[in-house]
Formats: sequence, structure tokens, C-alpha cells
Amino acid sequence: MALDRWIAMIILLICLAYGYAAFFTMDEALAPFMRRNPIWPSTFPKILSVMAIICSLLILLGFEKSSGEPKPSEINYRRLTDYKLGQAIALLGLMVAYALLLRPAGFLLSTFGFLFIGSFILGERKYIVMALASAIAAGVVWYLVDRVLGIFLSPMPVFMANGG
Amino acid sequence: MLEGILIGLSTAFSVTNLLMVVGGCLIGTFIGMLPGLGPMSIIAIMIPVAISIGDPSAALILLAGVYYGAIFGGSTSSILINAPGVASTVATSFDGYPLARQGKAGKALTVAAISSFAGGSIGAVLLMIFAPALATVALLFHSAEYFALMVVGLSAIAAFAGTGQVIKALLMTILGVIMATVGEGALFNMPRFTMGLMDLQSGFGFITLAMAMFALPEALYLVLDPNRSKTESGNNEIKDLRITKEEAKAITPVIGRQSIQGFLIGVLPGAGATIASFLGYAVERNIATKEEQEQFGKGSVKGLAAPESANNAACTGSFVPLLTLGIPGSGTTAILLGALIALNVSPGPRLMVDQPEIFWAVIISMYLGNVILLILNLPLIPYIAKILAVPRNFLIPFILFFTLMGAYIGQNNSTELLILVGFGICATVLRFADYPLAPLLIGFILGRMLEDNFSRSMQLYDGIGFILERPMTMGLLVLAVILVVLPSYRARRARARAEGVADGD
Repeated sequence: MALDRWIAMIILLICLAYGYAAFFTMDEALAPFMRRNPIWPSTFPKILSVMAIICSLLILLGFEKSSGEPKPSEINYRRLTDYKLGQAIALLGLMVAYALLLRPAGFLLSTFGFLFIGSFILGERKYIVMALASAIAAGVVWYLVDRVLGIFLSPMPVFMANGG
Repeated sequence: MLEGILIGLSTAFSVTNLLMVVGGCLIGTFIGMLPGLGPMSIIAIMIPVAISIGDPSAALILLAGVYYGAIFGGSTSSILINAPGVASTVATSFDGYPLARQGKAGKALTVAAISSFAGGSIGAVLLMIFAPALATVALLFHSAEYFALMVVGLSAIAAFAGTGQVIKALLMTILGVIMATVGEGALFNMPRFTMGLMDLQSGFGFITLAMAMFALPEALYLVLDPNRSKTESGNNEIKDLRITKEEAKAITPVIGRQSIQGFLIGVLPGAGATIASFLGYAVERNIATKEEQEQFGKGSVKGLAAPESANNAACTGSFVPLLTLGIPGSGTTAILLGALIALNVSPGPRLMVDQPEIFWAVIISMYLGNVILLILNLPLIPYIAKILAVPRNFLIPFILFFTLMGAYIGQNNSTELLILVGFGICATVLRFADYPLAPLLIGFILGRMLEDNFSRSMQLYDGIGFILERPMTMGLLVLAVILVVLPSYRARRARARAEGVADGD
């Protein structure tokens, strides 16, 4: 089965769960006076779930054939291992790590680390340039966001911050 | 109208707003030139900045400037290195790159700049004429018609966005609307589909979703396939920016025709700059004389001027439905709509009555943006082109960092970053399988308004009867069905014929 039909199946399952919630569980908590309304919170989701289920079934059953030939400019997922998959996954992992470390480690340190390790993953080995570029970028962005735009970003790790 | 223009002039010519135009155009040009980054990603990255400015006119002016700049920058990279940063400038590379290889890169850039300028300016004039007229009509609309109009817009986007795969695009649109129902709606004071998670109480963040749908997959594509960002610069020497009188004469009618055609295509929902540029190229090739046709694809100035003026005019045209109806016709304008909503501005026919300064300032700043792009970029092109040499090892971490930052600044919540990465992976897989992503975001942005208008008409007419009682609503909904059904029906027939089967159904 081609990838697009697998995706259609996953979407179908999501929509079935969504539809189940809309049709059967959502209205239980509805106050009696609201039941007299022509529109309930579940009305619109009901319509959507029916439409989405129909569409995903149409794709799943192969009603609409995909164009077949992959476009040359697009990535052919069947040969995904030919591409730099390792780098992409490593970068995604790095993004998750950044998300988890942003609060505890502070903005400056985690951003510096993110940019430095990011270019390292991509194969850059000019350490001095990397360190300089990452440090300057982290500093400038923090200054712009925190001082110029006025959005608070805690710059330092938790143990060094006073009170924050 | 004159009064409006004056309001616009006084707003747009304030120092901040002038800075916004200049800054927006420059940022747009710079990033647009980087191969592989489209205007949608750039605007998505710029939104947190724009929102934190606080002033809606300034924010919209900045984002609009970024938009034109990105389109302009995209044409530069198409011409110089045959790597269109933006889908709508692919047609530019057909004739622009051959010209550059003949050592006429300077001439090609000049032709592109002039055609873009003319296309954008003519588009802005047409916008000034069309938008108020359309808004007057739209003021008569009722919530039922609004609901129907949004359905038409969404189905048009589904019908034209995908590459002939209407059901996929439709499914993506519905999925977007479904995602919009998560969280606490305005009409019913109860959380829906949050699965008990506090983080979902206010629904999915629009910026997070925009980043996850566009910026992140594009960056991942750049990582996966290094060829996409390869900068094989041949003879990058840019000199002799002048064009001859004959060439000017040849491109003038092309620019005129394509600006108007491009604008009209841009107004249609779902069409937009990409289709306008390809269609403009095709039309000009067909009506050219025999010997001129020979030149197309080998470095014809006409073939370069046509897509350039068409795509810029179409960009301007796509503002018409956004500003008058509040319905975006493309992914880019959908992101702009999201930004406007975040700034407490609801675009639509009331915009021109309630906040005329926003409307007119945007139009005036379109002229300004075009002039600035012309005078700023023409002499600077040789230097700006150097940015194409920024190594990808540095570029990609920065793009990823800016997507993270964008999502974080909006919510100040690091869970948002995990949602971003999760959706980004989903979006990349969807893109592998050729599911269009723009309809999903447009559906998400319009979803809440769609439901509000639907609920309001249901309440007014005490049930679904409003569809039958208002002929205009009925007509629009029928049009929506036709828009969705017709292309798939025709595709099926074409396929049946191609397989040699008689079409029985």
C-alpha cells in the first residue's frame, strides 16, 4: 500500500475517534436549556467528521489515483535512506532537546548549543567560526527579543537566575 | 476614494511605517533569495516580530513588504543560479537563466526588476479600484452568505491547490477545520476535544501550525537533499544593467497584458502567483510571432517579463479577497489573515469602514514597496547576490532556530516547541505523500469563522433552513460543490480515456 493510503487510513482512524466523540460523548455534559438550541457544540464537528471520513475512505479505497511519477523536484520517500536521513533525525532530536532545555539552561546557553551542534551535525568543522557565529547570534537575538521587543526570555540557567 | 488615499498617505509616510516597508522589503529579498525558502516560510517566521510591534497597520505593512521582497528575491536566485526559491518564480528561470548564462545576467535582472515593479504597481492601482467596490457589495452579506462564501473559498482552494488530487486537498482542508474546533470556542463556553489536556485549552497556536506546515518541512527538505540548496554559480559576474530601446519596446505590451491578467488570476481563491506566472508565460509564447517563439526558453526578454509581471500582479491581486471579504485565497494571505486576527483586526468589508487607515496604508505601502524594491535593489543586486554563497551548514541551524523562536515567542511555553516538532514531522510525511499543506492551514484559520457564521445562521433561522431560504447562500453552496466535483470528474474521464475505456458513468 502506498504511503498516501496509509496516511489516509491514519486520518480515517483519527476522524472516527473525533466523530465518536462528537456523536456520542460530547452532548452528555450539555445543560438542558442548551438542548433547545438549534445548534449544539457538537453540530459542526458532526458534519466535519462525516465529510472527513468520506474523503479519507475515497483515498483509502483508491478512488483517486495518485499521479504516479514522483516529481523530480520532490523527495522520493521510497528511497528515503538515499538522503541525509540521519542528519535530519539528529536535527529533530536537537530541536526536542532545545525545547526541553530552554527553561532550565537559559536562553543564551541553549541557543549557543543549538546553533553550534546544529552546524556540527551538518558537517561543519571550523570550530572557531561556529562558536563565534553561534555566540553572536544568541546574544543579538536575545537582545532584540528581550530588550527591543520586550518579550521576556530568561537568559541564564536556573541556578544563576535571581528569583526568576 | 481620494479621502482614503490621503489617510493612507499620512499613515504610510510616518517614519515607523517607512522603516517597516524598507526593512520588510530588504528582509524579504535577502531570505527570498536563499534557495528553498518560500514566502510562506518567511512570513511565518516574521509574524511573531510583526505581532509584537502591536500596531496593525505597521505589522501588515511589514509583512506585505516581506512578501514582495521574497517574490523579488526569488526571481533573482532563479535568474542567477537556476534555483527558484519560490514556486512562482520557476517560470522566471525558463528564460532568465539562459540569459544569465549568455553573460547577460545584469540585463535579465533589470528586466525582471522593471517587470516586477510594473506588475506590482498596476496591481496596486487595480486593487484600489476593485477592493472598495467589492467591499460595498460584501457589506450586504449576511452570516449565512459568509458561511457559504467561506465554503466556496475553501473548496476553490482545494480544487486548485493540489496537483489534480482534489480529494486529498479537500481532506486536508477539512482536517484543518477539524483542528480549529479543538479548544474553547467563542460561542459555547465549553472546551471541546482537548482530551483533558490543559495545553490544548486554547486550541492549537496558529503560528506554531504555520511554522510546522511550511518552515519546518522546507528546512528538513534542505537537510535531506543537499542538492536543493546547491549554489553552483556559473558566471556570476553582473555587469551592464542597461536594456536597449528595442527590448523596452518589446516588453512594454507584455508587461501591460500580464499585469492585468496576473491580477485577475490572483484575485481568484486558490489560484495565485504560481499559476499566474505559468499562464502568463504560456499566453505570451502563444501570441508571439514565429521567430520570437523560437527565442522562448533560450533567453527571450519577453519570456522573462511575462511571468515576472504576472506573479507580482497576482500577489497584489490576492489581497483583494483578504481585505474585502476576509477570506484568504492563498497560503500566504492565510498567514497574513492569522496575523491580523492576532492583532485584533478582523479583515472583511467592515475593515474599510471601521479602520480605513489600515486598508489604505497597506495599499499606499504597496506602491512604496515597489518603488523601494526598484531603487534599492537594482544597484544593490551584485552585492545581495553574494548572500547566495552563505554555506548551508550555518544556514539550516539558523532557519530551524528561527522557527523554534517564532513558536516560543508567541506562547512563551516550551510545550509549544514539542507540538511544533511533532506537527513538523507529520507535515513532512504528508508532503512526502503529496498531500498539499496550504489547504490545511487555510482551513485551520477559516475554521473558527466558518463555525461562528454557521452557528449564527442556524440560530437566526432556527435550523438548517437558512440554506433554502436564502437563494444566494444556496447558489454559493452549489458553486462550491461544482468546484470540488468537476475537476475530479474530469480527471476520471481523462484517465478513463487514456486507458482506452469508454466512459460509461
